[in-house]
Amino acid sequence: MPSATRDTDATMVDAPAEEGAVESPAPEEAEEQRIRVLSGSTEEAASFEFENEDHTLGNALRYIIMKNPDVEFCGYSIPHPSEAKMHLRIQTYDKVSVYDVLEKGLNDLSDLCEVVMDKFTIARDEFNAKKASTT
Amino acid sequence: MVSQTELDRRKIVGINAETVTNVTSTDYPGQWPGEDHSWDLDFFKKTFNVQFHSNDEFDASFSLIGLDASVANAFRRILIAEVPTVAIEDIFVIHNTSIIQDEVLCHRMGLIPFRGSRDGLRWMHWFRKGTDEDPEGSTHNDYNVCILNLQIECTWQPGGQNRAVNGETDPNKLYNNHNVYARDIVYEPTGQQISRFADDPVRAVNPDILVAKLRPEQKINMRMYAMKGIGADHAKFSPVATASYRLLPTIDILKPILGLQAQKFARCFPKGVIELQPVTREEAQRKGSGYEGHEGEMKAVVKDPMRDTVSRECLRHDEFKGKVKLGRVRDHFIFRVESTGQWESDELFLESVKLLKIKAQRMKRGLAALMR
Repeated sequence: MPSATRDTDATMVDAPAEEGAVESPAPEEAEEQRIRVLSGSTEEAASFEFENEDHTLGNALRYIIMKNPDVEFCGYSIPHPSEAKMHLRIQTYDKVSVYDVLEKGLNDLSDLCEVVMDKFTIARDEFNAKKASTT
Repeated sequence: MVSQTELDRRKIVGINAETVTNVTSTDYPGQWPGEDHSWDLDFFKKTFNVQFHSNDEFDASFSLIGLDASVANAFRRILIAEVPTVAIEDIFVIHNTSIIQDEVLCHRMGLIPFRGSRDGLRWMHWFRKGTDEDPEGSTHNDYNVCILNLQIECTWQPGGQNRAVNGETDPNKLYNNHNVYARDIVYEPTGQQISRFADDPVRAVNPDILVAKLRPEQKINMRMYAMKGIGADHAKFSPVATASYRLLPTIDILKPILGLQAQKFARCFPKGVIELQPVTREEAQRKGSGYEGHEGEMKAVVKDPMRDTVSRECLRHDEFKGKVKLGRVRDHFIFRVESTGQWESDELFLESVKLLKIKAQRMKRGLAALMR
């Protein structure tokens, strides 16, 4: 039976009554591994497969990794539109490890997001304050 | 050391009548001899800039300046497809004798945007549906399901039948409840929801959405489970009506455009983009300015390129040939985020940035596990 047609007519169970005691009642799930190294990879030239990722992470990661001077080539592709998989190819110069390059890319991307959040919050608060003072 | 004018020139995407030029960014190491361009957080901190244009509750517009298209696009994509909202997912149709079929009605219910206590909605957990691998899925609980009911029946107004016989056709004068609106959906808080949504219950963002029409003796009775989901799964979960960006247009007037030509030039653009100003005495006296002997005449001046739609109309007229250059700034993204009403627009953007960061960090953990 396809999962979409499964009978979901179940009775509701209330969470334990004590308020605040159960802040996170849903069971924490173990994180599944979503990265895989494709065959034929070496230390300085590898293709990674990201499951359930698309252009959102692919293109942003490609940009930030291409910003690394140790990188000879970086590109991403989505080999088939009906498979939720994204391939990322990295080749480096001078025996630099592709794993280090990928890790640095992910770090740089988080740093970038942090800066965007900070600057956005400051600009918004300034704008709101200015608007409040003029009205 | 590369000059600032050269860097500014590289930022402009050229727009011609039929073609575009200089479309891809070239700020990578190894692209330009003697230039670095490698990722530098401090440089980014210095150059990246945010400007707000408007910030209404559900409609914000702002510019992100100094960002690459790949990252701006990631934010836009996350806004549309990955920021979660709560929407009706499962419906039990107990009774439906209306003209509108069960499945169509259910689809309509799913698309209604809901709002409620932001803290309460933030507290909501994912509901995992049963799959072939995991037939059980999540259990229905107060932290992952909001119950909504729609119970409505159309009846005759007192004396309505007589009025109908006498030729009255206005349904407002004949029936009760002949229009079913989103406001008729009743929230049934359970468990912890009773306190968390006490002040701000779950309800339709717009109470006036018409969901169905009824006639006497037709009725609808449905029990609906609203759950957290993301736009990638179904568009009803998308928190935004539109989330888009465009690049800041540039208009460079290379040679003077005067008099009647200036008026025609201004009409090639939306209102407020081009302004007509009189040529000053100074300009008229300056040799080689092109304004010599034109003191007092009206000249075309670019006032507000942000309002331009880049229709390229001015490039169709021969008299402006060589006098104007259109372009767009490659790293100036004018975002417009219009929320469907569950979250505030600016909040949504911050959430999208946060989600990209979480994504990167999650992948980092995955990479670390891979190396082990």
